[in-house]
Amino acid sequence: MASVSERAYADFPAAAFPLLHNEQLRSNVRHATDVIQAKRSRVVNEMPDWQLLRDAGQQIRRHTLEYLDTYLEEFEQRCTTAGGHVHWARDAGDANSIVIQLAQNETGKVVKIKSMTTEEVGLNHALEAAGIQPIETDLAELIVQLGHDKPSHIVAPALHRNRHEVRELFARTLNLPDLGDRPEDLTEAARVYLRQQFLQAPVAISGANFLIAETGGVCIVESEGNGRMCLTLPQKLITIAGIDKVIPRFRDLEVLLQLLPRSATGERMNPYNSLWTGVHPGDGPQEFHVVLLDNRRTEVLLDPESRETLHCIRCGACQNACPVYRQTGGHAYGSVYAGPIGAILTPQLAMMQEGKSLPYASSLCGACYEVCPVKINIPEVLIHLRGRVVNEQTKLVRVFHPEAIAMRAMQWIFLSETRLKMAQWMGQMVQRPFIGRSGWIEKLPGMLGGWTRTRDLRPLPEQSFRAWFKTRGEASSEASNG
Amino acid sequence: MADHQMNTEMARAEILSRVRSATRVQHPAQSADEAWQAIPRSYRYSGQLDIDGRIALFEDRLHDYGARVYTTKTFELTQTVADVLTKRGKRGMVVPSGIDPAWLPAGFSFHIDDALSNSDLDACNGVLTGCTVAIATTGTLVLCHGAGEGRRALTLIPDYHLCIVEHSAVVETVPEAMHFLEARNKEPMTLISGPSATADIEMTRIQGVHGPRVLDVVLVR
Repeated sequence: MASVSERAYADFPAAAFPLLHNEQLRSNVRHATDVIQAKRSRVVNEMPDWQLLRDAGQQIRRHTLEYLDTYLEEFEQRCTTAGGHVHWARDAGDANSIVIQLAQNETGKVVKIKSMTTEEVGLNHALEAAGIQPIETDLAELIVQLGHDKPSHIVAPALHRNRHEVRELFARTLNLPDLGDRPEDLTEAARVYLRQQFLQAPVAISGANFLIAETGGVCIVESEGNGRMCLTLPQKLITIAGIDKVIPRFRDLEVLLQLLPRSATGERMNPYNSLWTGVHPGDGPQEFHVVLLDNRRTEVLLDPESRETLHCIRCGACQNACPVYRQTGGHAYGSVYAGPIGAILTPQLAMMQEGKSLPYASSLCGACYEVCPVKINIPEVLIHLRGRVVNEQTKLVRVFHPEAIAMRAMQWIFLSETRLKMAQWMGQMVQRPFIGRSGWIEKLPGMLGGWTRTRDLRPLPEQSFRAWFKTRGEASSEASNG
Repeated sequence: MADHQMNTEMARAEILSRVRSATRVQHPAQSADEAWQAIPRSYRYSGQLDIDGRIALFEDRLHDYGARVYTTKTFELTQTVADVLTKRGKRGMVVPSGIDPAWLPAGFSFHIDDALSNSDLDACNGVLTGCTVAIATTGTLVLCHGAGEGRRALTLIPDYHLCIVEHSAVVETVPEAMHFLEARNKEPMTLISGPSATADIEMTRIQGVHGPRVLDVVLVR
């Protein structure tokens, strides 16, 4: 069964460290996130009611989760009435076996629209193992697929690659030795190659941005047109979507279609939005299936303090704003979902058994919260998850855990002025050998070394504030008396 | 297949039961409907611009994403279409059934779509359609793919799309458009806000990946 996070990236700092030395990657990530941030800023500032839209977005998502069972059933009923087939998948295994069974066709190929959900369940690997070749049709996903790579950003999966790398890749895999390296040339090459695939493909697989309970309809938000191609031309369409994709009513799109494009790509509206309901005679696929996926989303629902993680509409704005993500890129998170949302979603989808370092991959600056179109309080959830990680880790040892002992010791010291003064005096003595030439403490031994691995400390001053305040008090009372 | 059926039913029961037990304390009395109605919506609903302002804004947005815009009056529409097609060097276009014949000037060959194959569509010069509603703030054309607009493949495969938009079909805001579309909310819809684009290579925005690379809009008063 596919797991959300890779064992190879068990530790975020360990994964991030080598990436920080990759100048090309850092430059690509910085450039990309700068561009999207600037665009987002411009179109958000145009909106006098942006904060009100965010409020409504938050309310709609919160309400949906509160009544999720109602809306899932409604969606199933309406979609089925309109000619669609609805399937339910508890986990990746269920989902993949359903899709494999449906995707079998005489060409042995399926075309695919980019979908984080299909990455999450490892659908491509499962299809290939079953002898079906999935063809990615998003330009970035095509680049990732041809390069046998992994996506590094929710909205711009190939942002870790520059034009020369892409040119080299296309020239080699699409057999185009004379290919130019301007983005236009590369895009044209992709267009020609993919057009042939679209015109002949009998089966397509998509994700979904929104499932509309009221109508049984599906909404796809995209820029390149490969979505429209996959949703319209093949005979059979299979849509796989997490149960958190459902929205109550058609009308709710008026909020979400304003929030999503501006947050995701900094556009007032993305080039193409497609809506369809079941099967439309004479127009588009005549066989339509939806696979509703749980894969631990119901687990996330269980914790009221972190369930707002499921409000996410997958815009990627948090990634572009995050000072950590902007330094490391997405691969450091070792998971399908990276950046701030990945830091809270990945560990929860893994039942806190994996991705444990991710809630710590943050300075809690709150930039993500500010840009989140549906106001997920990511910093709060990060702190809450840190608590859950600690609880998990100390489950067996509880009060005997070294960190717990250290915390209690500190508490004991702080509770008494005398003990605090003693501790400060001792600290001033003991720190001397650790103060570097720069005047900072750059390295501490033992357990404390974890702190100084990524931080420098100011030494304790020669005179504590309390001591100084005392002398100042004496001096001024002398002055007023004298 | 029976195995698969039973599996999906079991999965359905399990998932719904897990959802219910996770959310059961949340909503004692209120129905989903009541709770939905109670969602506060203070965001901007209606536009403030008059018709001229709306049209001007719409035109501005279309220019912003590289569509050519032509304005004309109803009695001059046929001639304008002829001029636009001539400018683009198009001798013929494919059109959806139900298209207004008054839109089609003489001297060009218009082929009505009668379940053309994908490769036939691929060989077409371009497509001419109307639209259901247009959104000024975002420069969006909304097609519901009924009469005069054509099935979805029609505005997807040809490389050139000429869209006729009546002034009366232009609203200012997204909520206004969704309200207008409410009555047709189970129909297939495509919202077009520019030719397709990608910024996947070094964030350089390149237009025209899939779908029509050239979009012309004729605004009719």
